[in-house]
Amino acid sequence: METLFIYKVSKIKQYLLSILIVGIVSIFCYAFSSLISYRVVALILIVTVSLIAVSFDILPVLAAAVLSALIWNFLFIPPLFTFHVNTMEDLILFVMYFIIAMINAVLTYKIKQVKKMAEEREGKANTVKLYNTLLNSLSHELKTPISTIIGATDNLLTNTRNLTTQNRYELIGEISKASFRLNQQVENLLNMSRLESGFIQPKKDWCDIGEMIYDTVKRIEENKISQRIEISINPNIPLFKLDKGMLEQVVYNLLNNASQYTAADCTINIIVAHHINVLQIIIEDNGNGFPEEEIHHVFDKFYRLKNTKAGGTGLGLSIVKGFTEALGGSVQLENIRTGGSRFTIDIPAETASDISKKPEKWLRRKF
Amino acid sequence: MAKAQILIIDDESQILKLLDITLQSNNYIVKKAATAGEGLISAANYPPDLIILDLGLPDQDGRTVLKKLREWYTNPIIILSVQNSEEDIIKALDNGANDYLSKPFRTGELLARIRSAIRSSIMEENSPLIICDDLQIDLAERTVKRNNEYIKLTGTEYNLLAVLAKNEGKVLTHHYLLRDVWGPGYINQSQYLRVFIAQLRKKIELDPNRPELILTESGIGYRFVCRE
Repeated sequence: METLFIYKVSKIKQYLLSILIVGIVSIFCYAFSSLISYRVVALILIVTVSLIAVSFDILPVLAAAVLSALIWNFLFIPPLFTFHVNTMEDLILFVMYFIIAMINAVLTYKIKQVKKMAEEREGKANTVKLYNTLLNSLSHELKTPISTIIGATDNLLTNTRNLTTQNRYELIGEISKASFRLNQQVENLLNMSRLESGFIQPKKDWCDIGEMIYDTVKRIEENKISQRIEISINPNIPLFKLDKGMLEQVVYNLLNNASQYTAADCTINIIVAHHINVLQIIIEDNGNGFPEEEIHHVFDKFYRLKNTKAGGTGLGLSIVKGFTEALGGSVQLENIRTGGSRFTIDIPAETASDISKKPEKWLRRKF
Repeated sequence: MAKAQILIIDDESQILKLLDITLQSNNYIVKKAATAGEGLISAANYPPDLIILDLGLPDQDGRTVLKKLREWYTNPIIILSVQNSEEDIIKALDNGANDYLSKPFRTGELLARIRSAIRSSIMEENSPLIICDDLQIDLAERTVKRNNEYIKLTGTEYNLLAVLAKNEGKVLTHHYLLRDVWGPGYINQSQYLRVFIAQLRKKIELDPNRPELILTESGIGYRFVCRE
């Protein structure tokens, strides 16, 4: 709806501007008509129409061409102030003016079309490139755990005699780890396709932000991460009305990212605050931060940092951005001067703070 | 006690196999059905002590199967579903399912849910005393004690804790809790529930930020858990 509206306005504006420009140039020429011959005026007008053709659509340009031809005939070709043309020569000039103006408009339009097609082709080429990147990183990221599972189970099924109990236990552990990794990747892909489909509808409900943060940290700690996580939440934070599941995914992906790409002895800080009705979640670490020249690309789909370790699909952070925006918020990334990186998420949402303060009787027993 | 019988209705042969082995090795008698039709017949012929029902079956909608079962079957039903289908889960719970598990699930979790569902279906609600570790809830006196010290609760806090504790191990949906504690006019006022759960946790949990008694089932409801 919105885009259509903008398109309409700009089209109308194009018509108005075309008429205005032709009008101004004509008035200017008319003012100096004692100095320049009407044949020169034709040239000036045709240059004007050509200039309009460079930046406007075909229809406003054709309108400018027709209008300028009529104005030229009416104001400049003798007899003045009529659409009459006296001499054969002037008639030919008038018809030729008209044809040149039209050809001008159509040719410019065609050039633009060709350019657009070239751009589309380039776009398609980029999509194919993106698709290949996806396939590469996906096949790596999915096939590694699958190989682990197939290899380990083969071993367990056929090599029973040579395996010690310890070996067997380790292989089963690897299968377990690989399955969780697969599950995580599938989750990411499902989320990405939810975003891509464009039909993502946040399910808003009252959310206890503290509970959400602690639950997410508990989930991430189940992955046996080695970094320390410190949580600081304003105790007076109100309930926020938003999609808890999506926000949880955002926080989870950021924590997951921090835990995978910082050293084992790093600390991850979660700071939750609110400014009136804007929820702010900061997640920072004291790792190495992001290379400055790549920091603008980290939210891009499938983008992986150069010189990064294998694994990961480059989807985690683009889901962070996509979900935050679907929640009506924004996410910012910066490097901290003392080392490490800081993600800041701001989400405006409805709040509820004072509902519990309704006076209520204590239970009958007095303590 | 005789071995409990469990009927699994799921069309995925691998899930059937996995559940079969897991349950048998934990001393349950297992019956399997790969379609809704088969499952309904099996349940009617040999009513099991518990049914595990997958919501995505090829021949009939899982919700329809649940309704058909609930017309006569009173023992626990545990729903299996894929992730991200909170609405289906809530509907199933409102239509008489006792519990749910999202695929992929941990077998330890499954066994805990089965144990708790069977336990609560056998147990009569006659005891006025619910004891969970050092927490003691006296339903007759309407008092709550921890280590023999009274915990000061408001009426609403107590009612909320009581309904959760009476259904120990079972997930109660937001709507169910709001209707039960606040009344039918409040079923969409989830902010009350959030606030009172937080208050209650501050009073009864050792670490309110890492609750062990009242657990959140994101997007669905809450569950009171008493680790044995």
